[in-house]
Amino acid sequence: MTRLAVSAPGEKMAAVQDGGSEPEGEKEPQPELPSDGSSAPAATPASKPEEQQQQQQQTLLAVLQFLKRNKLIESVDALRREAGLADEPDEAPGSEAGGGVGGAAAGSADSADASALLSRVAGAAQSGAASAPAKGGEDQPDVSVVLSAYSQQGDPSLYQVYYSGLKKFIESVLDCHRAELSQLFYPLFVHMYLELVYNNHESEAKAFFEKFSGDQECYYQDDLRVLSGLTKKEHMKGNETLLDFRTSKFVLRISRDSYQLLKRHLQERQNNQIWNIIQEHLYIDIFDGMPRSKSQIDSMSGSLAGEARREANKAKVFYGLLKEPEIEVPLDDEDEEAENEEGKPKKKKPKKDSMGSKSKKQDPNAPQQNRIPLPELKDSDKLDKIMYMKEATKRIRLGPETLPSICFYTFLNVYQGLTAVDFTDDSSLIAGGFADSTVRVWSVTPKKLRKVKSAADLSLIDKESDDVLERIMDEKTASESKILYGHSGPVYGVSFSPDRNYLLSSSEDGTVRLWSLQTFTCLVAYKGHNYPVWDTQFSPYGYYFVSGGHDRVARLWATDHYQPLRMFAGHLGDITCTRFHPNSNYVATGSADRTIRLWDVLNGHCVRVFTGHKGPIHSLAFSPNGKYLASGSTDGRVLLWDLGHGLMIGELKGHTDTVYALKFSRDGEILASGSMDNTVRLWDAFKAFDDVETDDFTAATGHIHLPDNSQELLLGTYLTKATPVIHLHFTRRNLLLAAGSYNSQ
Amino acid sequence: MCMRYEEFPAKMTETREERRFAEVPRESIKLMAESAGVELGDDVAAMLAEDVCYRLREATQNSSQFMRHAKRRKLTVEDFNRALRWSNTETICGYGAQDALPFRPLKEGELFFVEDREVNLVELALATNIPKGCAETMVRVHVSYLDGKGNLEPQGTVPSAVQSLSDDLLKYYQQITRAILGEDPHLMKVALLDLQSNSKIAALLPYFVYVISGVKSVSHDLDQLNRLLHMVKSLVQNPYLYLGSYVRSLVSSVMYCILEPLAASINPLNDHWTLRDYAALLLSHIFWTHGDLVSGLYHQILLSLQKVLSDPVRPLCSHYGAVVGLHALGWKAVERVLYPHLPAYWANLQAVLDDYSVSNAQVKADGHKVYGAILVAVERLLKMKAVSLSASAEGGAAALQGSVGGMMGFRESSPGLSPPPEPLSEPPLGIASHLQAGGAGCQWEEWTPVSLPDMYCELYSFFGDSLAVRFSTGPALGGAPSATPIQSSDTRKEPGSGAANLESTRKMPQLTANMNISPRQDGSPRTEPAPPSLATAPGRSLARSSSSSSSSVPRSRSSSSRPGRSASQSRDIFPKARFPPPQVGPPAFSFLIGGRQMGRRCQGRRFQTSFTPTPSLTSLPPRAYAHKLPVIGRVSKPVRRWTCSHYSLYLPL
Repeated sequence: MTRLAVSAPGEKMAAVQDGGSEPEGEKEPQPELPSDGSSAPAATPASKPEEQQQQQQQTLLAVLQFLKRNKLIESVDALRREAGLADEPDEAPGSEAGGGVGGAAAGSADSADASALLSRVAGAAQSGAASAPAKGGEDQPDVSVVLSAYSQQGDPSLYQVYYSGLKKFIESVLDCHRAELSQLFYPLFVHMYLELVYNNHESEAKAFFEKFSGDQECYYQDDLRVLSGLTKKEHMKGNETLLDFRTSKFVLRISRDSYQLLKRHLQERQNNQIWNIIQEHLYIDIFDGMPRSKSQIDSMSGSLAGEARREANKAKVFYGLLKEPEIEVPLDDEDEEAENEEGKPKKKKPKKDSMGSKSKKQDPNAPQQNRIPLPELKDSDKLDKIMYMKEATKRIRLGPETLPSICFYTFLNVYQGLTAVDFTDDSSLIAGGFADSTVRVWSVTPKKLRKVKSAADLSLIDKESDDVLERIMDEKTASESKILYGHSGPVYGVSFSPDRNYLLSSSEDGTVRLWSLQTFTCLVAYKGHNYPVWDTQFSPYGYYFVSGGHDRVARLWATDHYQPLRMFAGHLGDITCTRFHPNSNYVATGSADRTIRLWDVLNGHCVRVFTGHKGPIHSLAFSPNGKYLASGSTDGRVLLWDLGHGLMIGELKGHTDTVYALKFSRDGEILASGSMDNTVRLWDAFKAFDDVETDDFTAATGHIHLPDNSQELLLGTYLTKATPVIHLHFTRRNLLLAAGSYNSQ
Repeated sequence: MCMRYEEFPAKMTETREERRFAEVPRESIKLMAESAGVELGDDVAAMLAEDVCYRLREATQNSSQFMRHAKRRKLTVEDFNRALRWSNTETICGYGAQDALPFRPLKEGELFFVEDREVNLVELALATNIPKGCAETMVRVHVSYLDGKGNLEPQGTVPSAVQSLSDDLLKYYQQITRAILGEDPHLMKVALLDLQSNSKIAALLPYFVYVISGVKSVSHDLDQLNRLLHMVKSLVQNPYLYLGSYVRSLVSSVMYCILEPLAASINPLNDHWTLRDYAALLLSHIFWTHGDLVSGLYHQILLSLQKVLSDPVRPLCSHYGAVVGLHALGWKAVERVLYPHLPAYWANLQAVLDDYSVSNAQVKADGHKVYGAILVAVERLLKMKAVSLSASAEGGAAALQGSVGGMMGFRESSPGLSPPPEPLSEPPLGIASHLQAGGAGCQWEEWTPVSLPDMYCELYSFFGDSLAVRFSTGPALGGAPSATPIQSSDTRKEPGSGAANLESTRKMPQLTANMNISPRQDGSPRTEPAPPSLATAPGRSLARSSSSSSSSVPRSRSSSSRPGRSASQSRDIFPKARFPPPQVGPPAFSFLIGGRQMGRRCQGRRFQTSFTPTPSLTSLPPRAYAHKLPVIGRVSKPVRRWTCSHYSLYLPL
């Protein structure tokens, strides 16, 4: 049973434990393997004894081989002794396997494969010995090893019978169980199909696909299309979708009753084929309680690897905001000079109220102030904070009655293709990333962009003068926009630093670049992603930034380190967008595997996995209070999530194309979404959250029933002029800015 | 596996029954192999073909990711190449052009290929035309929605249904239309006022325009027509509305009211004349205030007016509409269309007027209306022409004005203030200039200006004394109507021999004339008053107007220069008119000198004079203006000043 030959030690252990009826001694020889029992399902071996015997023998052989490669001679001897196996020359694995697995139908081919794979694994294990333990249990094992799990097979002609048998059974069970058990169809279908393909039963595989692919849920269509193209064993090796499917167990949530029903049925029918698949490739998360309804299931499924496991969302998330630093607001300002003494205390009070309520008492849900080290505030930052507070007092309170004004910034004459946009927080600058590798920065205000003078000129400046910051600027370079050259591929993400001194850009060339907005030159190129970097974003406190891309790993960087501080691995598809939590302690990533993950910056753990989107996620937005997350995907839907409880709490339907931009208003009352369908839509976020909070949240199972109230929540739809909306931004006074490039085509 | 799929003409076929994707058949593989000098077996080719297909699909799937991240809908060759590059495959060069590559079948044989035209590089390099689209990339604010409100439809399209509007707007629309078309006159007034000043109804404009276009369906209901016209007026006056292309629809609705033989006019008791007058007024207002929008329509309207006028089959009320319409479009329009057409038309009109049979009575009454309208139009034509001539001849007329009584007679309302030269011709310049410049291309070309004396001669031959009285002033005229051009100019320049009261008498006829809104002359007492905006303000001496109208009618007939007409007979028809006491006596007049267009250009001034009824007026001998009301078919003059809520008159001279 070559499926045991896996490189990840954790899985190996799990696999070994799988064989529950094996002699105890088997486990002893591998004390050096770290144990990771998390993935061990409730094992109920149902195979026939002989078959099991054969499999166990194979297992043993594989383990032996692995040990030998790793020069663990003593362990080998011990294992042999325990298992009562004769010494066999390991130089001839083919014959060994042939001898061991005499009766199996495709035994020789399988074992030949197995040995070849094993040798690779061994090599991989050696070379990666140091790194392997460091990686999590979800790391990607070697391709061929993964595939080899499919070598086990039954009669190919019977696959259809098995499947339709199960189908009949599920269709005949009670309604309340049917919806839950129907979840099995898709993963079973895929795995059975892949087994057929892997074992070179091409025609059977095709027939199987044609017969049952129509039964699958529509939101799996994309994956099915990939699958349908896959008819050869050789093709499986390079196929990422397939790898994704194999490397992670497909997670299903089923109530205990339904599960018992299924188990009984399969045992009665001796349907080992299906049972094996369930055992090996599926993770069934059993819960006690009412079976879920079809709509409940549908709202949570759709991801590449099934739903999130319940325990994945159990960790505590400190979603509260950090305490704002106390800043003395100078009262003798130009505005207030006109006012008399009477005006001053008045002015002061509302400020204290607005800020004080947040800052005075620590939010119980907030992380510790120094949970992650944050940069000290500079004087200029304090000035900016003061500006922010002043603007905030003039902020328009939005609501369903008072919708924001919307200003659309159209990029004209963009023949090179606009791929990313960002505004500074104070809305003074706008940056665009383009497909021609350039980054352009515009000043939205009348204030032009100026470079700092050259070093020679700078030395002439009186550094003691009060207006030194003004003097260092070179008036001759003043212009409305600046172009930043440096990337060698389309720029897919841009992000301003909060202090407006830096700009980040991520590109197809695999780098993230840091640009100075004082000199308009590139300061650093962060190399770490070796594949296109789809998105990057500065922390709201500066200094840190996050990036994510095609390599499925999100990285946390600090601007003064050329190597990442954290690597967030776990997604099964490209990381398409990355966002910092307002308190900078967490990072959210959206992925092409149709899940959203929340990572703890402190320790790199994945603390939340959100499933429910039916397409790659292309936009994320945290609510200003840090409690909620909104996500938009290619299916045109926007989903709302409660971070604290790890629950989906809303679904906003309306867009007809990919949602590329999401933004909460400054007070979090309005959610604006911008899409490829050339519209900006405004949603009543307050109501969306409020409606849910009134619900009984004690449903710890997370089986929330979503109200279908998109139409009530939709406050307005605003059309652009043939311009996809790719960025949204609320100014400090709650004016909504949108951006996109006009395409005449 | 590295293959340049696209470089070879490949025979692509749909996969058998499932039709999941295109496949490259093994024949194509063999062909490609042959072209590379390799001989392939069938099985090898088949395997290769399948693999090629798979790799192709894989690359396409990967490339779609680049498309998504570039926020595009269109998969480009560049995306595909990126996917190839990241899978360590050679990229395909030479297909980067933006325009689509046609994939064509070959007629003979099942061969498909990408059309690859030859490009003449020399030609391309030496081409002088600059490629389009090399403007600088920039960011501009393009679409804005204030307070989250705005037209929900993309700009430039007409909303399809009322339902797409916000509830508030919808309610507003319903209330307004209900109020305007409803029974309550007070409500209507309020609604019209709001329609005229509301700044937030831009989104509703199309609907209102649609409602107004319903004039055609209510042509039997004068009241409704009136209300709709008032709606037009309110919309036109609303300073927050940009009418845009909707102005055409409004104009066509107004034109309908002016020109069409409305169903309502079958009943002689219906005062459709007022409606036509009002519509003409509206038309002129639209032209004066929205000249920029409707300038393109000017010729079209002139042509349609002319067509109606020259069509003898049309009923007289249509002709009447055409005349008032021309009058509304300015004296130049009258000069160009009505004046040249007059001789031909005169014959028809004369025939109607000369027919004294009882059965013709109604038609004849209509004929008199037309006659009156023409008279008003040509009078103004003469005056304006004279003014324009004198203005151009004399230049600054200030000096003259002080001494010349005749001058005062013309510019009575602004004694001491010299109106800018060409008060009338200047304002419609927007239109008139079109007439002159734009008219060069069309049929107006043959038109040659007629000198004022000639024109006067000709017109006098039609209208006789009734015209002369209009034109010349002063006591001298009373005895001898000046028939010659010389005389006319003389009289004009004749120093004002009369005293102040004479001057006022000179003025009064004109005022009277203007005040004689058609309903009264029409004979039958009208139940409905004139439209609100036309309503004369109360306070005007009743005695005068009643005396003038009652006494003037017979006299005017007698003073008619046309022989063969007996005054008594004309009296038979018209004295039937039981003049109701002037419904509303206007106490205050505002005289607009120099026209509002000057106000618009900020170079002129509007003069308003409030006339308190002078006691002398009543004591005036009827003679003083009795003969100056020559015809019954007096038409109310277009009111130029709209923004004044009280009755205002435009008195150019």
